Amino acid sequence: MDHECARLLPAVCAVLADPRQPVADDTCLEKLLDWFKTVTEAESSLLLLQENPCLLELLSHVPTLQDVSAGVLSFSLRLAGIFAAQEDCFQYLQVELLPGLFGAAGPLSRAVWAVPTVRSGWIQGLRSLAQHPSALHFLADHGAVDTVFSLQGDASLFVASAAGQLLVHILALSMGGRAEGHTCPQGDDWPTCAQKIVGHIEESLCSTDTSRVTQALNVLTTTFGRCQSPWTEVLWEHSPVLGSSDLGPWEMTAQALSRLGPTQAGPLALGVLKLHLCPQALRTQAFGVLLQPLACVLKATTQAPGLPGLLDGTSEDSVVADALLSSKSSCVGLLCRTLAHLEELQPLPQHPSPWPQVPLLRAVVTILRLCDGSAVPASSVGGCLCGTLAGCVRVQRAALDFLGTLSQGMGPQEQVTQVFAILLEYLERPDSSPMVLKKAFQATLRWLLSSARTPGCSGLGPHAVLFLPELFPVLQKRLCSPCWEVRDSALEFLTQLSRHWGGQADFRHVLLESEVPELTQQLLQDPESYVRASAVTAMGELSSRGLHATPTSPEQPEAQQSLLPEFLHILSADSEGFPRRAVMQVFTEWLRGGHADVARDTERFMATVLQVVSRDLDWEVRAQGLELALVFLGQTLGQPGPHCPYTVTLPKAAPPSPLTEVLGALCRVRLFEFAFRALFDCDRPVAQKSCDLLLFLRDKTAPYGSPWEAGGSPDSASVEAALQRWQAGEQGQPLGDLEPEAMLATLRSIDLEGLRGTLAQGSDHVEKSPQSLLRDMLATVGILQENQADCY
Amino acid sequence: MKLYCLSGHPTLPCNVLKFKSTTIMLDCGLDMTSTLNFLPLPLVQSPRLSNLPGWSLKDGNAFLDKELKECSGHVFVDSVPEFCLPETELIDLSTVDVILISNYHCMMALPYITEHTGFSGTVYATEPTVQIGRLLMEELVNFIERVPKAQSASLWKNKDIQRLLPSPLKDAVEVSTWRRCYTMQEVNSALSKIQLVGYSQKIELFGAVQVTPLSSGYALGSSNWIIQSHYEKVSYVSGSSLLTTHPQPMDQASLKNSDVLVLTGLTQIPTANPDGMVGEFCSNLALTVRNGGNVLVPCYPSGVIYDLLECLYQYIDSAGLSSVPLYFISPVANSSLEFSQIFAEWLCHNKQSKVYLPEPPFPHAELIQTNKLKHYPSIHGDFSNDFRQPCVVFTGHPSLRFGDVVHFMELWGKSSLNTVIFTEPDFSYLEALAPYQPLAMKCIYCPIDTRLNFIQVSKLLKEVQPLHVVCPEQYTQPPPAQSHRTDLVIDCQPPATSYRRAEVLTLPFKRRYERIEIMPELADSLVPMEIKPGISLATVSAVLHTKDNKHVLQPPPRPAQPTSGKKRKRVSDDVPDCKVLKPLLSGSIPVEQFVQTLEKHGFSDIKVEDTAKGHIVLLQEAETLIQIEEDSTHIICDNDEMLRVRLRDLVLKFLQKF
Repeated sequence: MDHECARLLPAVCAVLADPRQPVADDTCLEKLLDWFKTVTEAESSLLLLQENPCLLELLSHVPTLQDVSAGVLSFSLRLAGIFAAQEDCFQYLQVELLPGLFGAAGPLSRAVWAVPTVRSGWIQGLRSLAQHPSALHFLADHGAVDTVFSLQGDASLFVASAAGQLLVHILALSMGGRAEGHTCPQGDDWPTCAQKIVGHIEESLCSTDTSRVTQALNVLTTTFGRCQSPWTEVLWEHSPVLGSSDLGPWEMTAQALSRLGPTQAGPLALGVLKLHLCPQALRTQAFGVLLQPLACVLKATTQAPGLPGLLDGTSEDSVVADALLSSKSSCVGLLCRTLAHLEELQPLPQHPSPWPQVPLLRAVVTILRLCDGSAVPASSVGGCLCGTLAGCVRVQRAALDFLGTLSQGMGPQEQVTQVFAILLEYLERPDSSPMVLKKAFQATLRWLLSSARTPGCSGLGPHAVLFLPELFPVLQKRLCSPCWEVRDSALEFLTQLSRHWGGQADFRHVLLESEVPELTQQLLQDPESYVRASAVTAMGELSSRGLHATPTSPEQPEAQQSLLPEFLHILSADSEGFPRRAVMQVFTEWLRGGHADVARDTERFMATVLQVVSRDLDWEVRAQGLELALVFLGQTLGQPGPHCPYTVTLPKAAPPSPLTEVLGALCRVRLFEFAFRALFDCDRPVAQKSCDLLLFLRDKTAPYGSPWEAGGSPDSASVEAALQRWQAGEQGQPLGDLEPEAMLATLRSIDLEGLRGTLAQGSDHVEKSPQSLLRDMLATVGILQENQADCY
Repeated sequence: MKLYCLSGHPTLPCNVLKFKSTTIMLDCGLDMTSTLNFLPLPLVQSPRLSNLPGWSLKDGNAFLDKELKECSGHVFVDSVPEFCLPETELIDLSTVDVILISNYHCMMALPYITEHTGFSGTVYATEPTVQIGRLLMEELVNFIERVPKAQSASLWKNKDIQRLLPSPLKDAVEVSTWRRCYTMQEVNSALSKIQLVGYSQKIELFGAVQVTPLSSGYALGSSNWIIQSHYEKVSYVSGSSLLTTHPQPMDQASLKNSDVLVLTGLTQIPTANPDGMVGEFCSNLALTVRNGGNVLVPCYPSGVIYDLLECLYQYIDSAGLSSVPLYFISPVANSSLEFSQIFAEWLCHNKQSKVYLPEPPFPHAELIQTNKLKHYPSIHGDFSNDFRQPCVVFTGHPSLRFGDVVHFMELWGKSSLNTVIFTEPDFSYLEALAPYQPLAMKCIYCPIDTRLNFIQVSKLLKEVQPLHVVCPEQYTQPPPAQSHRTDLVIDCQPPATSYRRAEVLTLPFKRRYERIEIMPELADSLVPMEIKPGISLATVSAVLHTKDNKHVLQPPPRPAQPTSGKKRKRVSDDVPDCKVLKPLLSGSIPVEQFVQTLEKHGFSDIKVEDTAKGHIVLLQEAETLIQIEEDSTHIICDNDEMLRVRLRDLVLKFLQKF
């Protein structure tokens, strides 16, 4: 602990020990504890206490106070625990202080015990303290374990859960010494403390009170979860519930799978299927459990008996059918969970094989049809499902997600046709909610991508070629939706489509035939900023592919109209950040990809954009400006080396021009001024990015030698003066037209490494220091006192 | 209590309720789907329509070719359109005391009832209902009268001939009762019989029942009705909505504790959600106009059009369509737009509060101010000068058989750039379009029906818990086109009683009580005696006086005085004889104690037998039976009056007298 803290500590302790000076902010106590934890990790607690007697005073004084605040009492309990974690310090404290805090005479017996914070502090204190065998004796002597038992059923869930954790901790601690040498010690020669806890668990497991059984199971779960020492196996066998029969864990799991209701069995089945080493029979059973609800749906709606079902041959589980039919919420819940489980399972390498792709596709398409009311039920169960699921958004979302995942496996031709048909139906339905529509777009994209991967198919798949002409009228309609979420997801979908197939002749043809490019361009003026941003991205993508709206005027039929002025207008005039960010991303992509509008006069483009961006109020836009500058540098100076985190995808451009020419270009676009200004940006990510950029620039120019002495020219002096003013917060003055030499000299004179280090520390490193915390606490009290004084 | 069902149309109901001594007609909707069988009435001479070939029978017999014309495989009656009236034969409509109107769509048959059946009662409706109803009637009369048609076809209605016609003419019901439209004079006369009411206003009918309109949330001034006596309550729910649109929200709480709830006027498109449809409407409108096409919206001059205009008000700017003119063409367009703004108290809270700002509650005022929305009484006159394309036209009639819409269908139907968007759910859009086939124009069907759907009905019924539900038969089975949708029915316990046209239902509950008032001086003389904790009884002798369905107990006249003969005679004429009152008994006889008491009084050889209704105490020695039942005790002994009196007194000891 440094001197400054040691100096402030007594005053803080005095404040804490004084009930008339309430600590207004609980978080500072938490921060204080965190600090003590780091201090005690580095130093001896005993020494700390001896050097700072105020701490001991605080700890012994607080429990004796009559009207102590629960927060401070809890803090003291936890602090004492932290100190007592070291055995020598524990010895030092255990005679008087610890019994007063954790023993029967402490807070336990007082009214303040009713406050959950105090009970929680008591448990956490013990949790920290219980690190060495002597602590076990202390616990035994003061009957603490019995109190912990009772706290397992505490009204506060936090306290109850912490009590369970503490029991596990104590059990592990008491068994800890023995686990190493002994091979499977039998229960009888276990330490008393362990025997007591195990006895309690056994008793609870046999109890008729379900909450006690749950508590015991929680303790066991935590125990098995955190350590696999040999003694845990003994515990497994020991337990009257777990070990009473001759069943091993696999058999037990199998039993559980068959006995649990579908709601609980689902997650267990998923867990089983995720295991790598697990008997095949159990896996089959678990998969059956998972598929059961979908099998039930299929059965209820299958008209033709010949089609393959999901679980042919097995008898129908009436429990599942009951769960599906009992109530809307139970049906929806079960189906959503089942679909989510299967979705999680499908991409895993250990997923069941063979994977029933065909019936699963049928099931999910059926569910979607039940949801939109177009499925024809084959039984009364089906009729009931039809009524329950009609218009259910939750199930639609889950089913569309899963349908998207199933695209990985494709399926027989006619089934894929069905999938595209249902997707189109969902995209078209006026009733589809915006969220469902978004999911439908996502699923459609995944199926289109998979369809394109069909072996022996080039470009769009056969299905996509048929599907796209139907898709575009729907997309057109969605782009005109009065609901902005719908317009937004339609634009995102369009961007993805063109990113993947912008080069495909079929796609280009359908797109250009439609009004989609025109509508998209109109959405650049959308009243909703998210939509404008998505429209910018989509237009940027279309334009990169030469796909944006054909010119309306017949005078210039040869070229598409340039979007650059429109985008620059958005960048300088849009009141919201999202569209401006989107424009910067598009510009960066355009520069990387050598877009014609940019390549025509790159320097002018860069100069204009950097000038606009440097004034932007949104830090992400400014950061994106630096990204753009970096791409520009990469293209003029050559690729950034492997040390640089940024990669530029442009293939090797023309050989780098001579340095002076390059520097001249950088000066003309005012890149230096932009980067220097960004170096002192009030938003750290911008400053960091600028620092990286300037370091890259400095390294690139280094090999060319330095004919100019740093700070030697009068120009560079004025630059530095300007930089200092910027650093001080004055933003007004521009640098003016300056020679490359001056810039280079300035660049070399700045301690960029040092700056990078400072920036990496984080802007709050000063505020985070313990001194600042202690001062804050004192200041708060000071203010409180002043307020009190004002009252008189 | 009986319900006479005069209309088979679930959303255009007409029922008569006989309740206590009153006869109440609930709504009088006019089924206008009959007009779909007729040829459209063009405003401007249409060569296409006038040159349609006449229809002839399979054997070539062409005697109907003047009356029936064929168009794209459909046969239409070439005559003034006619409407299907409610049943007039089921009940003598001159006996109807009052007619309660729930909304302006459900009063279109009013002139037929009030002017031609001998009806002499009163009609009750809210002010917006009457005003907008008047506009709808005025528009209808105007649409039909301004295209006079010389011909009135009647031959085809002959039953023997009708059988030979193709569908749907063959299956049209009650064609003999179909009538031509009423005149404006009849409308005025009918509307003069209406008395205006406000929500929650209590209206006494002959002292027998009280009727109260409640907000139903569906349209301006739309109401549900409560018809109640002191001990019975019938709720009539017709055209209600739980969605937040322009009208005041639905009052559900007041429907609680009904004995019978008559439920009509649910949404006609239970699978479509109005929000989605409005979105569909806007998207398709924008797509068409952007392409240079025109949009035609066949609609009524009031109702959903207000919501559509409000929606477009927000949408057109964002969709870059602010320069596209919106035209609203109806003989009553101006009145409709203006009326909507003045009925502030009938609007939803949001719109009401605008009035205090002060701002017009509906944004169409701003659309008119900025010249984006223009309204005209007809296509003739100013409209033809201002008309600019592409544009959006709102005009009637949604059946596409008369009104300015006919002209636009003829004008725009040939171009695939144009779109007709159907938003009114009352007519099948395919049938409406049939006489315009072949049609190049795009057709979009997005019916907007904000009335209750089945999920909302099921919630409503759970909430208000009526003892019995009565509804049109259509609501008790899934729609014919979606027979698997078993969720699209009214689901309640006990199952709803269904009705169909021309059916008389005996409502499933009995009246058991009647309220009687006691005059203060009579009440004063009563001396209640507590016979059980919390229950006191008193006997009363009085005269029951009944007048105007009110019952009053008055003090009895003094007992007859045996003085002057003259007087006595008169009194005895008026007053029934008051017999000397015997005390009334109450309580029950505990058999064991009774037997003990008997023994104490010297009776022996007593036997007790349990019977189904009580006990029989046998005094074998005395050859006497005492039969004790819940509400009677009999002493049966052989001519031994002394013994009977003794036993009687012993029995009386256990009972309370007063």
